[in-house]
Amino acid sequence: MAIQTSINGKAVRLSAEPDTPLLWVIREELGLTGTKFGCGIAACGACTVHVDGEPARSCSLPVSEVAGKSITTIEGLKSADGTLHAVQRAWISAQVPQCGYCQSGQIMAAVALIEKTGRPSDAQIDAAMTNLCRCGTYPRIRKAIRAATGQAAQAVEGAV
Amino acid sequence: MTDTLSPDHAPETPAKRKGVKRRAFLIGGVAIVGAGLFGISIADSNAVKDAKARITGKGEHNFATWLKIGEDDAITIYSPHTDIGQGSNTGLAQMLAEELDAAWEQVRVVSAPAEPSFANVGLGRGFLADTSGQPAIINGIPQSFLSFIARQMNLQMTGGSTALRFTGQVTFQKVGAAARLALMEIASTRLNVPIGQLTTQDSRVIHAKSSQSLRYGELAAEAATLSLDNEPTLKDPTQYRLMRQSMQRLDIPAKVDGSAQYGMDFAIPGMRVATIQAAPVRGGKLKSVDTAPALAIKGVEKVIKLDDAVAVVAKGYWPAISGLRTLAPSFSDGGQSGISTASIFKAQDAAIAKGEADGEAGEGDVQAGLGVKPIQAKYQVPFLHHAMMEPFALTAQYKDGKLDIWGGMQDPLATKMMAVEVSGLDADNVAFHPMIIGGSFGRRLPMYMEIVSQVTQLAMQLPYPVKLIWSREEEVAQGAYRPQSSALLSASLTDKKRIAAYRNDYAQPESAEDETVFPYTLPAVSRRHFAHVSNQNTGAWRSVNSTQQGFYNESFMDELAYAAGEDPVIFRRNHLRSDSRHLRVLDEVAARSGWNTPVPAGRGRGVALVESFRTIVAQVVEASVGEDGMPKVHKVTTVVDAGSIVNPDAAMAQIEGGTIMGLSSAIGEAITLEKGKVQQSNLSDYLLLTMAQSPLVQDIHFLNSGAPMGGIGEPGVPPAAPALTNALFAATGKRIRNLPIMTQAKG
Repeated sequence: MAIQTSINGKAVRLSAEPDTPLLWVIREELGLTGTKFGCGIAACGACTVHVDGEPARSCSLPVSEVAGKSITTIEGLKSADGTLHAVQRAWISAQVPQCGYCQSGQIMAAVALIEKTGRPSDAQIDAAMTNLCRCGTYPRIRKAIRAATGQAAQAVEGAV
Repeated sequence: MTDTLSPDHAPETPAKRKGVKRRAFLIGGVAIVGAGLFGISIADSNAVKDAKARITGKGEHNFATWLKIGEDDAITIYSPHTDIGQGSNTGLAQMLAEELDAAWEQVRVVSAPAEPSFANVGLGRGFLADTSGQPAIINGIPQSFLSFIARQMNLQMTGGSTALRFTGQVTFQKVGAAARLALMEIASTRLNVPIGQLTTQDSRVIHAKSSQSLRYGELAAEAATLSLDNEPTLKDPTQYRLMRQSMQRLDIPAKVDGSAQYGMDFAIPGMRVATIQAAPVRGGKLKSVDTAPALAIKGVEKVIKLDDAVAVVAKGYWPAISGLRTLAPSFSDGGQSGISTASIFKAQDAAIAKGEADGEAGEGDVQAGLGVKPIQAKYQVPFLHHAMMEPFALTAQYKDGKLDIWGGMQDPLATKMMAVEVSGLDADNVAFHPMIIGGSFGRRLPMYMEIVSQVTQLAMQLPYPVKLIWSREEEVAQGAYRPQSSALLSASLTDKKRIAAYRNDYAQPESAEDETVFPYTLPAVSRRHFAHVSNQNTGAWRSVNSTQQGFYNESFMDELAYAAGEDPVIFRRNHLRSDSRHLRVLDEVAARSGWNTPVPAGRGRGVALVESFRTIVAQVVEASVGEDGMPKVHKVTTVVDAGSIVNPDAAMAQIEGGTIMGLSSAIGEAITLEKGKVQQSNLSDYLLLTMAQSPLVQDIHFLNSGAPMGGIGEPGVPPAAPALTNALFAATGKRIRNLPIMTQAKG
């Protein structure tokens, strides 16, 4: 029984077993490998995608639950003409990635945060950006989010 | 040309430090000869031919194996290092392109093939020349690989913060400079002008007088036939236009749009996915397993028993892991089930108490200096997991007598040699294809990666390619951890607030003597190693022994400062030579952190000063205790003297990230054992620092003293833990001697 959904604006019929986590459907059935496997228990966020615009950790979301929903992955952030999303451009300007493995998930989480809040405060960034990064790129992630939303690059202690 | 490695070619003057041993690299007295400056013996025409055949296509011309210039002016640099995210490939490209005077936008870097003709001689030379400041990360190299080194200088390792300072300075700058000279020589003939009238810029040779110029692409074919100058003159740093500039990292664009292909992402037609569980008590073997429950899962194709593990092969990862979870394999414990975190500390304490050291270094009469009642403190640190974000994943295919393996490894060539050993195939029939690495921090060195052997064994018995993925649970339980270690520090003070004698007795598997630097000048100092080995696989963890040694020494220096009634910065100053780089770094961090200004209420400031990999880092942490009892780090000020910096922004990123990794391990990370088995299961109970826990402000400053280039990937890690515990002491009066801190500072 095929599950129908939409990935990056395209309608797709998926043949995976209903209990398969969305992550593995995206990676193995659709071949979109920008969404990463990190922990399998929704602890690290490397697998973050958008489901109907909300950030979701796809490693722990059975594909049966996204039937009829609209999914966006890192590959779907670019505009039709290939222009990078403003958040992706900010990531390059701030030279955020090191190993880069968590960054698809970080970017998806940041885009969702910005869409929701407009100009997130440092406290909002702390609350929303719970994705783990072992390279320690957190200062640059913060800087890129601030730059992408027209805020001064440097966080100021005590500012709200 | 047989070229023995002499100190004349050394990038740095070897330190004459008491107690320093030769590198593990030379284990067994293997003499490393026969390697020419440019990575292969120039007389070894077969190797040259092999390297060129592998990478040089039509319209492309090769220089010294590492550099290829296309007739279309494209410049390709082959890096023998793995860029794990530290930016080293961009840095290496800057160094070569600088001396070549290449147009930067035409430069790209790719991984060198995992073949002996691309073995990294620059690294070997660096190790030989610089006998200190290096970790013992090449211990445990398989025997066949060691002999291979002896034959071919077979080394492609990334580690020890060596890429730019060894490979870059010893090889890549010289390759760039020598190729430039060859291009100029051909241009001089073609334009019929003296070479002295020629200049180079943006991949062109220019004769200003006649307003003529030639593209490198036009000159490459002929220039590549010349023999290169082995010791070309390098540029004066005042002429640099690429080095010392914050060039954007070449690997970043593919890491923001999801297109970068990591080992985890590799796929080929017909490929199956496998996952595995090894004996939970390291040293145990697989006794039996009923495979039926896994085979009943849709998509599972095979259950394969290995000596100490069971693997499930399926159409995808989900059926593979689901199948593995239905199994109840029975493993032996290899007689190791009595081991626990507590039993290791107990044995380490006992070894130190017994006093029979396995190694000792230092100077002066420490025993007499300590007297009968020294000040003493005992410190303990746990096993640490690397927790790189990409779990292990290697794909292997055995077809038509040939084995191919794809994935990310810190030493591609050694990986290949391990697969040769496990498969029993000839080296010519085994190829390793390096891919992008999702973090490593020392974890992906093949000698302690069972997955290389595992995937080779699976592929040799399967009729299709197989990608073996370790679950995060397997990754946490089967690590090659930073060793659990303890230390007893003892010292005595004079009535002038000076240290009279200082002893550091530490217990862990291997000596830390080769790589840790004690910067203070004292009348009597002793470092004694007490060997203690557990059943765990211990490996190199970013900055290696400098994490625990930095914590021990800088915690104890702080304790002594308070015992002397002296300010911690002044106390350290009083034990540093007035002309030392360490003193400058310490003074700078005190000034920049506002050390002498009042601390906001509830907070404390702590300082630490650690040299590792020839780079000196001082840090001041400002911290308090949060309502949850966990440390809260408000601000970190860091001053770094790495001699000189190739890419300031990339170096900054390494210090930022290294600091966060140091704080993370200090605050929450520990692998603990019970009944010989790791107790942590995933990133839910192996706790990495989050964005919210990270300091909001990091002020980082580089001194660039001009001293020989130090490493940059690792030295940012060690000072964070002691600077933080020292800050918590200043804030709360509680001295934290056991890591991780967790809620120990709670009031």
